Amino acid sequence: MPASDETQRRKLKVYLGYAAGVGKTFQMLADAQAAAQRGLDVVIAYFEPHARPDTIAQAEGLEMVPPRQIEYRNRVFKEMDTDATLQRKPDIALVDELAHTNVPGSERSKRWEDVQMLLEAGIEVWTTMNVQHMESLYDQIWQVTGIQVRETVPDWVVRRAAEIVAVDVTPDALLNRLKRGAIYKPEIIEKALGGFFKASNLGALREMTLRQAAHEVDLRQTAYDETSDARVSDEASGGAAKERILIVVTADPSTAMLIRRGRRVADYLHADCIALFVHRTPHISELPAGERHTLEKHLRFARSLQMDTRVEAGIDIAKTVVEFARSNQVTQVFVAPSRGGLKERLLGRNFVENIVRLAEDLQVTVVADRSRRSASS
Amino acid sequence: MRISDPVRPSPERLLKQVQAEENKRWGARLKIFLGYAPGVGKSYRMLDEARRRHERGEDVVVGAVQGAQSEDVKALLQKLESIPSLQSTENRSLDLDAILRRAPQVCVVDPLGAENPVTSRNPHRWQDVQELLRNGISVLTSVNLLHVEEYREKVQAITGKHTTETIPKSFLLAADDIVIVDVPADLCLARSGEKLTSIGISNAQERKLSELRELALLLTAEVVDAQLETYVHAHGIAPVFGTHERFLVCITPESNVTAMIQSGIRNKERFQGELYVVYAHRLGLAHEETARIETYLQAARSAGATTEILESDDPVAAIGEFATQKRITQIFIGHGSHETWRDRLFGDPILRLIRASDGIDVRVFPQ
Repeated sequence: MPASDETQRRKLKVYLGYAAGVGKTFQMLADAQAAAQRGLDVVIAYFEPHARPDTIAQAEGLEMVPPRQIEYRNRVFKEMDTDATLQRKPDIALVDELAHTNVPGSERSKRWEDVQMLLEAGIEVWTTMNVQHMESLYDQIWQVTGIQVRETVPDWVVRRAAEIVAVDVTPDALLNRLKRGAIYKPEIIEKALGGFFKASNLGALREMTLRQAAHEVDLRQTAYDETSDARVSDEASGGAAKERILIVVTADPSTAMLIRRGRRVADYLHADCIALFVHRTPHISELPAGERHTLEKHLRFARSLQMDTRVEAGIDIAKTVVEFARSNQVTQVFVAPSRGGLKERLLGRNFVENIVRLAEDLQVTVVADRSRRSASS
Repeated sequence: MRISDPVRPSPERLLKQVQAEENKRWGARLKIFLGYAPGVGKSYRMLDEARRRHERGEDVVVGAVQGAQSEDVKALLQKLESIPSLQSTENRSLDLDAILRRAPQVCVVDPLGAENPVTSRNPHRWQDVQELLRNGISVLTSVNLLHVEEYREKVQAITGKHTTETIPKSFLLAADDIVIVDVPADLCLARSGEKLTSIGISNAQERKLSELRELALLLTAEVVDAQLETYVHAHGIAPVFGTHERFLVCITPESNVTAMIQSGIRNKERFQGELYVVYAHRLGLAHEETARIETYLQAARSAGATTEILESDDPVAAIGEFATQKRITQIFIGHGSHETWRDRLFGDPILRLIRASDGIDVRVFPQ
């Protein structure tokens, strides 16, 4: 069975939290100490230099692979030395902050890409991340907290982990740690309290972490069932047939959130997901360069979230989308809301309206622009 | 959109408010460490917090401990003052009077779900905890999912373990703090045996434990959500949207109601979310439909949905307002079949709803 083979080959454990200071790294190191005591060869491949004193104490006795020093714009940055870790080849490598973006000049741009290298070499990796770094949660996080997260990890990376551990602490305890200066330096504390560390933000992010962890646990049960005799199919349990989601890609910036939302919903419904772009010109190369560039970016993004992407030509976009959906057994079409006003309605229907009208036998989901209801507004 | 009516407070919130007000006079707080099975390390986490508080100068005593103790737990207990529990023939109970006389700031009670001997003044240990809180003593306590009354049957069905010692879920919802102690199922099993690295679910026993783990995570999320709602209300902050999925199925007589409600139930289960089913109609128009609609709503309720009938001269606006109040993330609506000049001019109801549903996905179902 491919799924279980993969988990056997690539062992990844993710400590999931909801903010700096909840104790992800501490918990990871505590488990690592226990593993080392049982005789496993554990090394720290990367450890955040701004670690808290109690965290540093927890790392004592564990071997550390020295970080690489990379010079960029006359400053020296420390990054994980992936090559050195590969050479060292421990049983388990600890890699802090999975969502980290490497400094320009590094071999790979994202730390999770370095982690893939270690996993492929047969090294088990334990790592840490916060829920807000899940790619598909970007828009919801923006809506809930008003914060736009810059560094994200594609969901499939987390999905491949053998295990997810929720690291939980109450917001009160976290705020106490913050005020005691156990998380940030004094000059940053006030700013943190008014921004990200607002009690309502922390509560919301904590809830999302717990739900994400529950979802990850649930997915692993399904994966186990599919490889064991305990298998119960959707049909047998009285569920509906497998869903198939089609995401309508356009040059509009809202396409990115559409792709993220589609990915998330598809994951929860155990559905397939296809991204489709329809161009009016006979050939895609005839599109204006700027538009083509944006579209390619969107399609690349969809592929990076492990979706099939398709490009079709058609004068009537709505009609082409609906026909494609029918001939590809799509059950749900995802579209972004149109920005049409009264004039557009009187003169002729807009795109969303046309899809809704034409898709008589399909479900059409008009995905909300969540940024408009973000907590900051 | 204007929110005309604050969301009605739930019984849990009222209970919590009453308890909070009672305890506030004394600053006593209840903190619960929740685990999904024995061996996840609840006692250790709790006693470690007791130790840290003690070292920071808080007056901490241990009022009750679990029978079987790991070496780590024994080491922590040695650093803390204990008030011996009362030993009767059936079971052990808190020495409530001794603790009240000693009057510490914080008392550790492990575990929460225990029955007292018949001679005690409270039948359940959780009632002893309430008494401590009323007397201004903060409590750190631990509980297993099996001992939460509303989960007892589910856990029994999964593990075959029985218990008569339970606490009501409302007690968890009313706690000041709850923390889940989460470990992978294989590690939980390894605490008793030998296990090396992490490989996820690899056998039927881990599969069972992992189901309990999911339940415990979701229960904690529910408590956190209730706390968040209380916080938001108390501080007059706008409600928080999108922490988890809340579905609103809007039924109309001409829509494919059964398919929509079934999809709503399926989505609710898959997303572990909440489901609302409403029938919105213009004033005085619905009499002949009432019985049929009520049948649908009844079916939805039996699947765990909350149902409501909204009467308004502008059903679309009523749905939008309801959705905002309930922090809905997805609205399901049926496709209308006919279009009138009125729809053409003012926009048909579906398109108006899409425009009115700021920040909410709208899923249009075929007829």
